[in-house]
Amino acid sequence: MSLLDIQNLNLSIHDKQILYNVNLQVEPGQVVAVVGESGSGKSMTASAVMQLMPDAAAIEGNIWLDNDDLTVKTENEMCVIRANDIGMIFQEPMTALNPVQTIGAQVIEAVRITHKDLNKSQAIEKAEIVLHRVGLPQERFPLATYPHKLSGGQRQRVVIAIALCQNPKLLIADEPTTALDVTTQAKILKLLKKLVAQDNMGLLLISHDLGVVGEVADHIVIMRNGRVIEQGSRHSFFNNMKEEYSKELVAASQQELKVQKETQEEEIILEVRNLNKEYKLTRKGFFSKGEILQAVNDVSFSIKRGENLGLVGESGCGKSTLTRCILGVDDFESGEILINGEVFNGQKELRKNINVVFQDPYGSFNPRHTVERLVSEPFYLLDKKPTAKESKDQVIEMLMLVGLSKTDIDKYPHEFSGGQRQRIAIARALITNPSVILLDEATSALDVLIRGQILELLEELSKKLGISYLFISHDLATVKNITDRIMVMKDGIIVEQGHTADIYKNPTHPYTKTLLEASPDITRVIENL
Amino acid sequence: MIHFVLKRLASLVLTLLVATGVIFIMIEVVPGDPAAYMMGLSNNAEAADALRSQMGLDAPAWDRYKSWVSGMIAGDFGISYTYRIPVSELVGDRMMVSVPLTIYALILSTIIAIPVGVIAASKRGSIVDTGLMGFAQIGVAIPNFWFAILLVLLFSTSLQWFSAGGFPGWDAGIVECLKALTLPAISLALPQAAILSRVMRTSMLDVMNEDYIRTARAKGLTKRQALIRHGLRNAMIPVLTILGLQFSFLLAGGIIIESIFSLPGLGRLVFQSIAQRDLIVVKSIVTLLVFAVVMITFIVDMAYAVVDPRLREGNSK
Amino acid sequence: MKKLPLNLTIGLILTFMFVFMAALSFVWTPYDVTALDIGSKFLAPNFQHLFGTDHFGRDVFSMVMVGARNAIAVSLVAVGIGMAIGVPLGLWSAATRMNGYGLMDEALMRGNDLIFAFPSLLMAIMITAVFGPGAINAIIAIGIFNIPVFARMTRGAALGLWSREYIMAARVSGKSMMRISYEHILPNILNILIVQATIQFSIAIIAEAALSYVGLGTQPPMPSLGRMLNEAQTMIFFAPWLGFVPGGAIVTMVIGLNLLGDGLRDLLDPKLRIRAAQTRKGEDNNVTT
Repeated sequence: MSLLDIQNLNLSIHDKQILYNVNLQVEPGQVVAVVGESGSGKSMTASAVMQLMPDAAAIEGNIWLDNDDLTVKTENEMCVIRANDIGMIFQEPMTALNPVQTIGAQVIEAVRITHKDLNKSQAIEKAEIVLHRVGLPQERFPLATYPHKLSGGQRQRVVIAIALCQNPKLLIADEPTTALDVTTQAKILKLLKKLVAQDNMGLLLISHDLGVVGEVADHIVIMRNGRVIEQGSRHSFFNNMKEEYSKELVAASQQELKVQKETQEEEIILEVRNLNKEYKLTRKGFFSKGEILQAVNDVSFSIKRGENLGLVGESGCGKSTLTRCILGVDDFESGEILINGEVFNGQKELRKNINVVFQDPYGSFNPRHTVERLVSEPFYLLDKKPTAKESKDQVIEMLMLVGLSKTDIDKYPHEFSGGQRQRIAIARALITNPSVILLDEATSALDVLIRGQILELLEELSKKLGISYLFISHDLATVKNITDRIMVMKDGIIVEQGHTADIYKNPTHPYTKTLLEASPDITRVIENL
Repeated sequence: MIHFVLKRLASLVLTLLVATGVIFIMIEVVPGDPAAYMMGLSNNAEAADALRSQMGLDAPAWDRYKSWVSGMIAGDFGISYTYRIPVSELVGDRMMVSVPLTIYALILSTIIAIPVGVIAASKRGSIVDTGLMGFAQIGVAIPNFWFAILLVLLFSTSLQWFSAGGFPGWDAGIVECLKALTLPAISLALPQAAILSRVMRTSMLDVMNEDYIRTARAKGLTKRQALIRHGLRNAMIPVLTILGLQFSFLLAGGIIIESIFSLPGLGRLVFQSIAQRDLIVVKSIVTLLVFAVVMITFIVDMAYAVVDPRLREGNSK
Repeated sequence: MKKLPLNLTIGLILTFMFVFMAALSFVWTPYDVTALDIGSKFLAPNFQHLFGTDHFGRDVFSMVMVGARNAIAVSLVAVGIGMAIGVPLGLWSAATRMNGYGLMDEALMRGNDLIFAFPSLLMAIMITAVFGPGAINAIIAIGIFNIPVFARMTRGAALGLWSREYIMAARVSGKSMMRISYEHILPNILNILIVQATIQFSIAIIAEAALSYVGLGTQPPMPSLGRMLNEAQTMIFFAPWLGFVPGGAIVTMVIGLNLLGDGLRDLLDPKLRIRAAQTRKGEDNNVTT
């Protein structure tokens, strides 16, 4: 029998069924990836194994762990099982650790819950060993470190150490790398894979992204709307997919290089010259001078009409600051921004040539305004404001253009799905007929199939309207099939820029190479099967 | 940490300076001439002038402000117009009643509120929770002076467990004194305890939804262990703010309560001094209370830093 | 239409009852509250005098009606002052902070702290003692201490919104700080402000009662709940209704308002509690006492 065997699991909350007849197994030393979009029930499956569901959850079926049915355990028995047999890692490393306790205290606590026979110094020793194993050696990360001193990746390592020190048979990781940078993500996944092999644990790895888990998983389970759609070993899954949905998922995760445009216009519509932006950091001492962070360091680039440029870098590289400068909402120390050849310093006449679509489809709209009011907001930039009738007509035109319907005009943002909201955001960005649109991680928060549709729409609009895009992303893969050129940014500096194909085939800067290797790529997975 | 302390200290001093200025200006505009008051009925203009200059009331306002503040720093608060003894002595005596009363009330309020809040939160939605929060709802709504009257009616008049007022003085022994302070402390503490327990409950509920509680549960801690070991300290952070503020509420609330129970504290002194235009006493007491509030805020800030390591590096922003 | 939460229903009924009684007292009270009738003094509650009569033979029910009216009027204006000044200050403070004028924000907030440093009741007593007792000065005294409460709360909530992307979108559309503040920020924090206003209102009612209890609020012959309690103090042993009726009126009125506030919070925004917690975790500490 398997290490973990979920049989015919049904789960409902307040009479609303969340899981339907879920079956899956995990063997010792095996990595099982559960992949699905938001609302597929993948996280609820994990919670059910931990028996940490919402109070109102009603459960049917069996969850066998080593021939022990977890569904019939009392809460006290489950505490013992959680302490000894199952470890869990969560999505949000920034909040998963208690901010007022040292990392040592939190690991040692876990050690002592499981290994009750250890005395204090033995527990400390064990904690040190485990932290070392997850890549946090004592010399640099003493036990007395507080979580806020650590980066997201380092905190996730602490969470892994907490799980690991209890020598669990089964490890559950719920989107463990979603909140992390691409390079950190690759390292954490590699670490998990190594630990599972060393300790012969089973790993239940939950993710929304097939590309991310494709490389580490031994077995793949696809979930949708609370059901397991398809599952199989990595090899057999990729080779003989039967379900249409699985095929779509794989196709959407595969990024082909964009076909180069034949004719290139020469007119430059956005140019950034030697831009510098500094931040003063909080002073460390009362009399010491505040340090200065060079967030954007001598950045220069230009975008031609109809050209799509990618700006790729990890969190903290300065890409968001650069975006804010270009949008005219942040001041900068030196340099120039030219829109259509004119120096831009916040004037309305130039602002209307540039607009933006943000990452979060939920935070991008004032929840109290109708779609009409939201989409027409940029009209504020025009000297001659359109009449109510004209405004309404133009909003409707834009909505139709982005694939929404005329009747959506009186609705409020909460009535739309994430993908539809991104369409509204694009309509808003288009309404003043700009020459360039900044897409700030505009597809990152979307499910993979929706992402594909939005990218298609953008491509189409670009052809139809001759518009340029500046794609800002943390991941090289997401901009692969839509950009003509790419810039790679690190610590405020553009370390490399060039044609997309060249960057992918012959990256010159070592950082670009690291990014490329770390970037999840399902094509590579399939090639290396 | 040093940076943090220094920054807070600087803001403390600044607040005090501005506060004394405000108090000084307010007192300046009070109608009524203290010298004339002290002369009583014998309305002799010359003698009043002489007295005014003896009291330094004819100097320019700025000089009087300076000498007042520098005097206070040296511990000299001036001489009371009506009692004719140093204000510091007068106030010192009265503080021996007011400060213990405030602390007594604060302790009562805390030891009632924190368990009530924690229990209500951990039994959220149950009858216990509804009942406790119902009581809190009533507690918040009761004006403390009315509650004091009711307490006197019940415990002094009907049951005769406590005396209705007065204070025996600390020479009479600590038990007697505490007994005299008990009813006033309860009437001060109850409304504050009600507020505090509501804050504690909310704070606990917020903390219960935090990811690190889930991490703790995943380690194998029971719900209760996770809450006590990881939740309580985090939940205390907003509660600390309220506790600090309550100190000032209790000090000020004492003004009325002391009158009801005829306690010889700062509150009664303030009332008498306002009525008798003994402005130097009023000024001193208000300044002292502001100083106490500012100090408490400072201490609360320091307590934050102890509870929350993120604040210790001074990156409170 | 969803069912209203229980606390909101009770709160609405109680508040409406008092507001109705107070409004009615402008045109009609069972008896004249200034007319003395020594012959019928200290009558226990009966059918002619629902809540009995006091030492001058005045009808307690009529006095409670007028007293409640005064308490509501004083509190309404005082909270109004606090909101009218505090909310724009908070909006302004947040807007300047988000736009690099941190010093302005700092000064505004230190000013707030300064007002907080004065024990409010003591200062209210001082203000009314200095400028003379009376309803107007009570309003000013209570109003001043409502300013920092609203300023802080507004600022905290506004800061949370300023980092939202829809605010960025509005800035990209070239809208000024002021325009964004009233077009995007204010409507989205109105919920929190309304809830806070009901709570401040109930606190103001207690404060008004305390001031008139010590003789610094509404002046005779106008009845006030606080002074009724003060006068009742010596008579409560043989005429307990004189102590219980005005006290009970204050308590019910305050409970009604608090339930209304809680209920509105639950109804308007179930996430409000969570959002408030997030604000708290940021640098700001909103205090609702």
